[in-house]
Amino acid sequence: MPGEIAFYLIAVFTVAFAAAAMTLRRLVHCALCAAAAFAGLAMIYLQLDAEFVGFAQLLVYVGAIAILIVFAVLLTRGDEVAPGNKQSSPSWMAGAAVAALVLAAMAVAILHSPSLHRLAPSGAEAPVRRIGGELMTRYILPLEMIGVLLTGALLGAVVIAMRDEPETKQPARDVAPKPAEPLEALNSR
Amino acid sequence: MSAPLSHYLILSALLFSIGFAGAVARRSAIIVLIGIELMLNAANLNFIAFWRYGPHPEALTGVMFVLFSIAIAAAEAAVGLALVIAIYRQRKTIQVDRLDSLKG
Repeated sequence: MPGEIAFYLIAVFTVAFAAAAMTLRRLVHCALCAAAAFAGLAMIYLQLDAEFVGFAQLLVYVGAIAILIVFAVLLTRGDEVAPGNKQSSPSWMAGAAVAALVLAAMAVAILHSPSLHRLAPSGAEAPVRRIGGELMTRYILPLEMIGVLLTGALLGAVVIAMRDEPETKQPARDVAPKPAEPLEALNSR
Repeated sequence: MSAPLSHYLILSALLFSIGFAGAVARRSAIIVLIGIELMLNAANLNFIAFWRYGPHPEALTGVMFVLFSIAIAAAEAAVGLALVIAIYRQRKTIQVDRLDSLKG
């Protein structure tokens, strides 16, 4: 069964890179491993016959979000933790225990559910033409809302990350001449 | 034929737990964001798997939901990383356990 073997190979690849992204010390390595894990998920989508979603995942996650994360890592470079310092929070054991509990609960629920062991029906496909048609007819309102949301989010991101010069350079502003007092006021003295 | 549905769900649960562990156990805000993205991706994988194995794959509901979810995740990542950069500029740190005061 080549499809099954492909799934297990990609699954191991994805989980390994996701675990590496969460455990490695250097932030750049974490970002690159996360990009590899996102690429593995895109392969799983392709393997599940969802071609458009797979390529959208590849474009958005590996192409855009991974680059954004790498840029954020580089812009916050001075915060790299010294070798002797702790990378994880003091209560990381509790967090890992809760995560393991969550995994155990979900795994038990999934493995004990008889209706989830079925195989895939044949003939399921999501052609791009039909996706486009649905987006333009049934999902037109959500599509418009996503457009508004993306515009607002990108404007907001620019405004938040913008360097606010007057506040950060307070001393320089005191030295500079006041704009409220024009030159003729100085000349008349 | 490919693997049964439960294996995809187990993979999704694994990814969710890994992302959750990273989000609660690491100190760097960027790693926390990556963990949140991993959790979102695990949910997306569930949607795609249930769409593929469901009784009505011609309805395309799961595919549509994941497409919108990816778009929202992109917006979330942009705003989150902008916040990280703004916090770093003001506080010179992005370790989440040192960002413990509300007044800047």
